Amino acid sequence: MTPLVQVKNVSKVYKRDTLEIPVLQNISLDVPEGEFLALMGPSGSGKTTLLNLISGIDLPTSGSIVVAGTDIAKLNESALAKWRSHNIGFVFQFYNLMPVLTAYENVELPLLLTNLSKKEKKERIEMMLKVVGLSDRMDHYPRQLSGGQQQRVAIARAVVTDPTLLIGDEPTGDLDRKSAEEILTLLERLNKEFKKTIIMVTHDPHAAQSARTIQHLDKGELTKN
Amino acid sequence: MKIPFSYNIRNLWTRRLTTALTVTGIALVVFVFAAVLMLAQGVEDTMVATGSEDNVIILRKGSSGELLSAVSRDQIGIISTFPEIAVTNEGKTFGTSDVVTIINLRKKQTNDMGNIIVRGVSAGAITLRSQVTIKEGRWFKQGSTEIVIGNKIHDQFENVEIGQQIQIGSKLWTIVGVADAGKTGFASELWADAENIMQEFNRTTTFSSYTFKLKNIGDYETIKTKLETEQRLQDLEVKKEQQFYLEQSQGMAVFIKALGLVITIIFSFGAMIGAMITMYAAVANRTVEIGTLRALGFRRRSILTAFLIEALALSIVGGIIGLILASFMQFVSFSTTNFGTFSELAFGFSLSLDIIGWTLLFSLIMGVFGGFLPAVRASRMNIINALRAS
Ligand SMILES: Nc1ncnc2c1ncn2[C@@H]1O[C@H](COP(=O)(O)OP(=O)(O)OP(=O)(O)O)[C@@H](O)[C@H]1O
Ligand SMILES: [Mg+2]
Repeated sequence: MTPLVQVKNVSKVYKRDTLEIPVLQNISLDVPEGEFLALMGPSGSGKTTLLNLISGIDLPTSGSIVVAGTDIAKLNESALAKWRSHNIGFVFQFYNLMPVLTAYENVELPLLLTNLSKKEKKERIEMMLKVVGLSDRMDHYPRQLSGGQQQRVAIARAVVTDPTLLIGDEPTGDLDRKSAEEILTLLERLNKEFKKTIIMVTHDPHAAQSARTIQHLDKGELTKN
Repeated sequence: MKIPFSYNIRNLWTRRLTTALTVTGIALVVFVFAAVLMLAQGVEDTMVATGSEDNVIILRKGSSGELLSAVSRDQIGIISTFPEIAVTNEGKTFGTSDVVTIINLRKKQTNDMGNIIVRGVSAGAITLRSQVTIKEGRWFKQGSTEIVIGNKIHDQFENVEIGQQIQIGSKLWTIVGVADAGKTGFASELWADAENIMQEFNRTTTFSSYTFKLKNIGDYETIKTKLETEQRLQDLEVKKEQQFYLEQSQGMAVFIKALGLVITIIFSFGAMIGAMITMYAAVANRTVEIGTLRALGFRRRSILTAFLIEALALSIVGGIIGLILASFMQFVSFSTTNFGTFSELAFGFSLSLDIIGWTLLFSLIMGVFGGFLPAVRASRMNIINALRAS
């Protein structure tokens, strides 16, 4: 079976004026469907960069990235935006919820880019908020929620469109132990019960334990545990 | 438009202080803009209301107003024989030969002198101009040195009570009545008997104008052609009365608009820069949100539209508030010299549907100019950099 994500010989060089900063060099990585991958490595090693490339918000300098059969490095900007809305669910370290929207409306946001009926949207949003245990907080604004609760809203937002891939950049990085534990349990559930493929960057070895596989990125190279 | 409108409205509400300040700036400029148009409209309305649509006025060709016009008694005799002219119950021609001159009176509030039109009218004038009625006292007697003053003159000038006397030419004339001419130019005039006024100024054979009512409005073109081809009337000009008065208002209306609009356009730069600063700040504060929306799959165009809509919402609210403020100006009226007639004219601010339309368009234009560059900046952000701003 072909892997869901195939990263082949990818390099990324950032240019700052005349200065070239090579961040990733000839990286290859396969992620099979149903995987829960934890990506670890020192600060500045390029973990975020790799996630950005896989999620299609940045383009590699060379190499190819095929996700579910699509070579995303070949898509133009607007095709890529559409591709992201269908295929990628994002969970950020600082939740990145819209402060002026309620939990319900935040989860609704990615659905605005789909053609689902009003009724379907409502059902999905309510279902996802139930999965993350926030049915009673639908009308709360982010500032009325704890960090852990905000991250759960963000996870609901990430999976409400039923994306191919769930991407998390240090999703527990800003949380206390207990909240982090809840988030990790939730991610494990999404992986096991809902068969979501997850790639998560983390600094926390304990958090990495929740994953099925751990890979280390250091000095532009990947090594498997 | 994919990003919901409520996202913009709530963001405006979240920063309500800056929103309020920006809206106030726009509202003030819009207020001035609308007030200027309303004032120009007020002059036009007043002058147009002075004329009646089935009245025709005859003046000397090329004279810009009644003051410099001359129509002879003989010519009026010829004109009054035309069958298109309406006839009174008594079988007389429905017309008035007017003689117009100017005197000075002192204003109540400013103590300035103002030029007042003195209109000598024939017996037919009062029935011809049904918009002018007696409010206090009575009409002047023919052949007497009695005068009736317009309601606006009564309101705004000194020593013009019934029983008081005014010097016109060599004689003192007694005020015997106050006319109610509503919001027309006649409200700013003094009326007396034409023959007496003519004697006073030694002009026994020439009037200033001749005004008559048509039997049938549709006859206007017919009588115009007839009068213009009549050999003895070659130095005269035929106009619809309303058209004549509209022309008398144009100099003033155009002056008000030109001066007023230049000033508002200068002010509007201030308001637009205000809106621009507000919107740039909003974009900067919401960099991460913009990056997030883009990551979720919203297009650059959606971001551009969203921020533009936010700026337009600011400007339309400012526009509506400015318009509401300006609408109160309808209760204000004042008196000044109409350049078209060199004489005092009392007029007010008049709001029309056109003005409402232009004003809202003007506020939207301010919104577009103020919001466009910040919206472009928001839409051109790079996703990675925007997300790293957290
Ligand atoms: N847009 C950019 N322009 C220039 N250099 C960049 C850019 N993004 C990242 N870098 C550089 O690339 C390197 C890798 O950055 P990246 O954010 O991928 O690291 P990371 O592994 O996620 O680190 P951390 O654990 O601190 O989040 C760093 O040296 C960083 O300075
Ligand atoms: Mg990182």
